[in-house]
Amino acid sequence: MAPNVAAGADTFPKLLIRNANIYGARPAMRHKDLGIWQTWTWSQTLNIVRAYAVGLHRLGVKRGETIAIVGGNRPKLYWSVMAAQMLGAIPVPVYADAVADELAYVLAHAEVRFAAVEDQEQVDKILSVVKRVPKLGLMLYDEKRGLRDYDHSRLRSIDEVIKDGRNVLDDTAVAAWLDYEIAASKGTDPSIILYTSGTTGTSKGVVLKNESSIRAAADTVAFDKLTENDVALAYLPLAWVGDHYLNYAQGMVSGFCTACPESPETAMTDLREIGPSFYFAPPRTLEQLLTRVMIRMEDAGFIKRRLFHYFIGVARRYGERILNGESVPPNRRFLYAIGNVLVYGPLKNVLGFSRVRIAYTAGEAVGPDLFSFYRSIGLNLKQLYGQTEAFLYVTAQPDGEIYSDTVGPACPNVDIRIADNGEVQFKSPGMFSGYFKDDAKTAEVMTPDGYVKTGDAGFFDEKTGHLKIIDRTKDVGKLNDGTLFPPKYIENKLKFYPNIREAVALGDKRDFVAVMLNIDLTAVGSWAERNNVIYGSYQELAGHPLVYDMLEKHVSEVNRSLAEDKVMAGAQIKRFLILHKELDPDDGEITRTLKVRRGFIAERYAPLIKALYDGSKEADISTEVTFEDGRKGTISARVKIRDMKTVAAPAMGKAA
Amino acid sequence: MRATGGPAVAVGDVLLSVENVSLSFGGVKAVSDVSFDIRKGEIRAIIGPNGAGKTSMLNIINGFYHPQKGRIIFKGETRARMRPHDAAYGGIARTFQNVALFRGMTALDNIMAGRTLKMHSNFFWQLLRYGPAMREEVDHRHRVEEIIDFLKIQEIRRVQVGRLPYGLQKRVELGRALAMEPELLLLDEPMAGMNLEEKEDMSRFVLDVNDYYGTTIALIEHDMGVVMDLSDRVVVLDHGIKIADGTPDEVKQSEAVVDAYLGVAH
Repeated sequence: MAPNVAAGADTFPKLLIRNANIYGARPAMRHKDLGIWQTWTWSQTLNIVRAYAVGLHRLGVKRGETIAIVGGNRPKLYWSVMAAQMLGAIPVPVYADAVADELAYVLAHAEVRFAAVEDQEQVDKILSVVKRVPKLGLMLYDEKRGLRDYDHSRLRSIDEVIKDGRNVLDDTAVAAWLDYEIAASKGTDPSIILYTSGTTGTSKGVVLKNESSIRAAADTVAFDKLTENDVALAYLPLAWVGDHYLNYAQGMVSGFCTACPESPETAMTDLREIGPSFYFAPPRTLEQLLTRVMIRMEDAGFIKRRLFHYFIGVARRYGERILNGESVPPNRRFLYAIGNVLVYGPLKNVLGFSRVRIAYTAGEAVGPDLFSFYRSIGLNLKQLYGQTEAFLYVTAQPDGEIYSDTVGPACPNVDIRIADNGEVQFKSPGMFSGYFKDDAKTAEVMTPDGYVKTGDAGFFDEKTGHLKIIDRTKDVGKLNDGTLFPPKYIENKLKFYPNIREAVALGDKRDFVAVMLNIDLTAVGSWAERNNVIYGSYQELAGHPLVYDMLEKHVSEVNRSLAEDKVMAGAQIKRFLILHKELDPDDGEITRTLKVRRGFIAERYAPLIKALYDGSKEADISTEVTFEDGRKGTISARVKIRDMKTVAAPAMGKAA
Repeated sequence: MRATGGPAVAVGDVLLSVENVSLSFGGVKAVSDVSFDIRKGEIRAIIGPNGAGKTSMLNIINGFYHPQKGRIIFKGETRARMRPHDAAYGGIARTFQNVALFRGMTALDNIMAGRTLKMHSNFFWQLLRYGPAMREEVDHRHRVEEIIDFLKIQEIRRVQVGRLPYGLQKRVELGRALAMEPELLLLDEPMAGMNLEEKEDMSRFVLDVNDYYGTTIALIEHDMGVVMDLSDRVVVLDHGIKIADGTPDEVKQSEAVVDAYLGVAH
């Protein structure tokens, strides 16, 4: 079990020493190199990091300085973080796939003098912008390939630095000096600066402190009962708060082993080989995995396919209830156990989930079907909500209280409140101390009484007491009667139906909510084939009365689910239509990353939107479209509009 | 155990020279009276329009064809009639225009196959896969893993090559040729049928092989941009006759080359 962390170890280097003392022979890190898993124990790690720190000091790294870390999940880069922290310097990890421009901004803003980088690619990238990073002196590289002919006056291999440090460390005076340096670090010193990815403007450097980071990690380690026997695969970006928290900080606190994949492309194979017990994946990854499984099952033989579908059906009915510890009749339990031997077990083995005890997903809304699929085959998948400013965790679902549409109650020692505008605000042990060199921005996101504004709108679910996140605060509008209108929340609920590919919800400063839908041609097309619905084009299929009937069912289900939350009950969908063409990035209607561009759509489909709100039964529209070869043409159509019944809200009626 | 290679050749000296070589199939003259040399450490391109005799030339160099006239001098020794595996023992490896891998085997096994010539333990031990044979295999596997790392194909190590996209198959084939640790590597249209990104990757690998392993490379290629960027010297063939030889710039200026490619005005 994780011993009392607060006892003495208020910085990460002190934790490393503690781990070397109590878990000395346990693996701290693994990395697949030349096809073989290499292992470093905690005591080996401590020795390497001590030598590395001395080597860095001899190159001139000083306390309080920043060091950039640029690259993928590799042991030497994790050691660079540890060695920097040992000297009281502050590591600044940067996304490996950042373009040169972003990289230059971060390196210059963080005023780095040193950079530890993965390989030639990163060296080249930094060299291309070196004029914009005037303070940068030395680059330390992990992979020497291709760098032989480079000017080595500004380059050192990390191996050399460690070797140099090790040579001097034989001197007891040097060792004593290093011990003194480690002891001199305080818990209130910054431990790392994590730059936010910058989807909303320029990226900001989130400064986190040693002690608060360790306290936060200790809370979640206890929450999920992580121990030194756990294993995690570090395959998400090193510079992302998720990796730094889930793998680095939790690994340091609990003493578990962090495994680094051979290369980003091999992560899935490595996952199977390592068999982690703690796992994190964004919803999109889970979705891709499931699709791959389903496609491969379609290619399997008849008996295997029947077995698979039968037992997945069993799992869907009883799996989640068994996992949640609810009562299930013994004969059903027996059936599930057989399914586990024949299907779920082998499937989890193929996916690398055999030993996973705790799995998390976060980042975006996760479809209920997707979520319950993984849970039904016995993977303890849970949701959490967090952000860099909180050092990840704000809420997390405890075992046994799992719902696909909530993100769980507040984590231990975290305070959450909902502001008047619906914004979620929190106060947590791990919360940041401010943005690096940007007091104005810091002041913007901090309330006077010390809460952090998340920028996300949400509310507490009455039934479960869990937090629900609905949208970005700035996107949340209001209906004319004052009801909250979160467009993305409604759109996501619709898009979870495979038949609906895209949805655009309207309602801000209007009387009610109306939606425009795109059908998914593959899903609806195959439905049409099975039901003898004949169609010649997307437009014809989209306008088919039977398709309207089918989507009406989906919309009314969404209304029913909206009605369950009294906050959302007033935002039920009153009218909908199916667009005559697919929203297309070529026409500028959605972005390349498939986000709906509301303003543009409102303009382009003005006649349809007008019809939605003036009560017409149908409307004419003609839109210009761009074909793939760049030619333009127009599509005109008469689009039908359906009225929907709304469901009465439970108990208290509409809340505003 | 046979000796591999003759005397060492210093960088910049002639590694292989082709002297007045002619080859014909019946009445068809594939190559007539061609001479050029390949120096140690360089990237040498052989170019020419369709049917110019480039692949025949490569087949002569690696011993698959024996020229009717002229001689091949490799590392200072005139070569007698021989089989391709003799060339392989001598330190010449090649890749093919149409990928020639064992499609049912994994990428790893295909590259391991390239080490066959370097296996020395006897049949008995190999049968048992024990003792010296095992030690040897571990050693060879290490070298192969280095090549896999070098070519960045870790993720396809255990994948049957028949299921791989074309660009990756080409890369595996290059890996197998590298596994032989050749002194001279012959590449027959390494970039044929590739898209721009794959071509850029492949060019990078060819340069890296030349730089990192110091391997001398002779390549046939149709993409002029690639040839001019990669190679140190270029020899141009047309209808089996050498029409130009020199640095990419010199060759580009040559009137005979322009005529061969664009045709002559009549």
